[in-house]
Amino acid sequence: MTPLANEDPRLDLIRDRAAWMRRRALRMVNRSKLGHIGGDFSATDILATLYFGVLRYDPAEPRAPGRDRFVMSKGHASGVLYTALAAAGYFPEDWLDSYMAPGSLLNGHPNRMYLPGVEANTGPLGHGFPIAVGIAIAGQLSGDGYRTYVLTGDGEQQEGSNWEAAMTASHRGLANLTLIVDRNGLQQGDLTEDTVSLEPLDARYRAFGWEVTEVDGHDPAELLSVLGAPVGARTRPLCVIARTVKGKGVSFMENRAKWHHGVPSEAEYEAAMAELGG
Amino acid sequence: MTRMDRTPGTFDCRKAFAETMEELARADERIVVVVNDSVGSSNLTGFRAAFPDRTINVGIAEQNMVGVGAGLANGARIPFVSAASCFLSGRALEQVKADVAYSGYNVKLVGQSSGVAYGELGATHHSIEDFAWLRALDPLTVIAPADPWETEAALRWAAAHEGPVYLRLSRMKVPDLGPDADGRRRFEPGRARVMRRGDDVAILALGTTVHLAMEAAEALAAQGTGARVLSVHTLSPLDEAAVLAAAQETGALVTAEEALVRGGLGGAVAELTSAHRPVPLERVGFDGFQKTGPVDWLFREAGLTGAGIAEAARRAMRRRDG
Repeated sequence: MTPLANEDPRLDLIRDRAAWMRRRALRMVNRSKLGHIGGDFSATDILATLYFGVLRYDPAEPRAPGRDRFVMSKGHASGVLYTALAAAGYFPEDWLDSYMAPGSLLNGHPNRMYLPGVEANTGPLGHGFPIAVGIAIAGQLSGDGYRTYVLTGDGEQQEGSNWEAAMTASHRGLANLTLIVDRNGLQQGDLTEDTVSLEPLDARYRAFGWEVTEVDGHDPAELLSVLGAPVGARTRPLCVIARTVKGKGVSFMENRAKWHHGVPSEAEYEAAMAELGG
Repeated sequence: MTRMDRTPGTFDCRKAFAETMEELARADERIVVVVNDSVGSSNLTGFRAAFPDRTINVGIAEQNMVGVGAGLANGARIPFVSAASCFLSGRALEQVKADVAYSGYNVKLVGQSSGVAYGELGATHHSIEDFAWLRALDPLTVIAPADPWETEAALRWAAAHEGPVYLRLSRMKVPDLGPDADGRRRFEPGRARVMRRGDDVAILALGTTVHLAMEAAEALAAQGTGARVLSVHTLSPLDEAAVLAAAQETGALVTAEEALVRGGLGGAVAELTSAHRPVPLERVGFDGFQKTGPVDWLFREAGLTGAGIAEAARRAMRRRDG
């Protein structure tokens, strides 16, 4: 896609990387016959925007003290995280082919001890957000000026530990912390609202002392303008509710709980790849 | 108050903890504490006064507390996460597993008022399962110091060590055990201290039971039995060489711990010796949820006294000589 006049030049790269990440994540799932493709696709544009438009990092020095941090709390969407890290240069692209193979460094859920660029060993839900709060407190103490971003699923918000973390973050005025909720509306078994409802999610976070913004989680321009905005005078942590579509990009996967961890047949794989331009 | 609290010349190891923490924090600005409304119960009031910014109180939220600890380690801090051990090890067990042990974060978990220190408050507040739970988390070093000196030494080691540690402290007063059988005070993680020599039977203890093991050894000596006493301050990784040497050289073992005998030190010694050097083993400790009662009563009921441990030693020797 050609950038529009006046459009942020980063957007072209973000869109290009997002398209590549979707194709690559699909290939990984097809190869391993395992994975969480629906959640990978709902988060793809968010991760592409973060890694190719927002975060300051150096893949050659993955633990540089002043780096911006991204914590993937919805660790089951490791597929999309791995594609982002490979595209960002943390490790060679061909490592992706070992996704979930026996003994692979590309575990079903990310492991910081195995892979550069991973900040936290998530998987059980409700863990990444408290860790991100700790990182943000460390940043506040040191005055290093780095930003911390954490992505949770929406069903994940049912874990109580998130609300413990939300209280701590607002109490301490962690303006350097941004929570992104991948609001695709579906959890493993059903709609979130038919399981244990989350709405009004925005009002809940406001009541917990957060600043709240809603965005189209598949529009890099909107994501970039919100996630890339400087902290400025904001004194509260920021919650970005990203309206997303589970399985986004493949028509027969979109909005269907089956694709939470569905594995495509060969015919479905070919059809999905064609839709993704691969 | 318990009988132990009234014993002359005894010490509350929380004082050693508090003083050492302040000293360590003065020397290293990376050190912070994370608490769950447990500043007072962790004896950290002085620390907070000296280092208000480095005292991070997350409120009554233990899962968050441990996750925040991991995040602080990510941000190059050295967090000491200090809370009542029943909640730290129980409520936050998955965070201890995933965020600290499995993630390899440089977090120091400090379990306060462990064992049955909260005697009358009952089994919800007893922390006798923590040894079994946390010993299962391989990368986590598990240490239970026996006296103020071991407490200070363990803290200093933990602060300098890069890796996750669980320090199990008590508020029960214990005597200063003094130097080891070689006349030295030396703390090496993973190396048991030989507090008394003897080749007739060996008593392995840690934390609040080491001084009781010494009492038992005195009683046994009066009857002509030489009991070896080991302070196995590091439960994990266990000093396998010292345990197997004790099994080989005495042929009769006793473990004594303020914890469940299933899975704790007794479990660890049974696993090791059954595989490599099977000998009679008597495990003294708790066998399940405990009733309400003062600490010294709970100890007596479980046989955690000098006399009770000496009797366990005699049982082990009878089985050996059988």
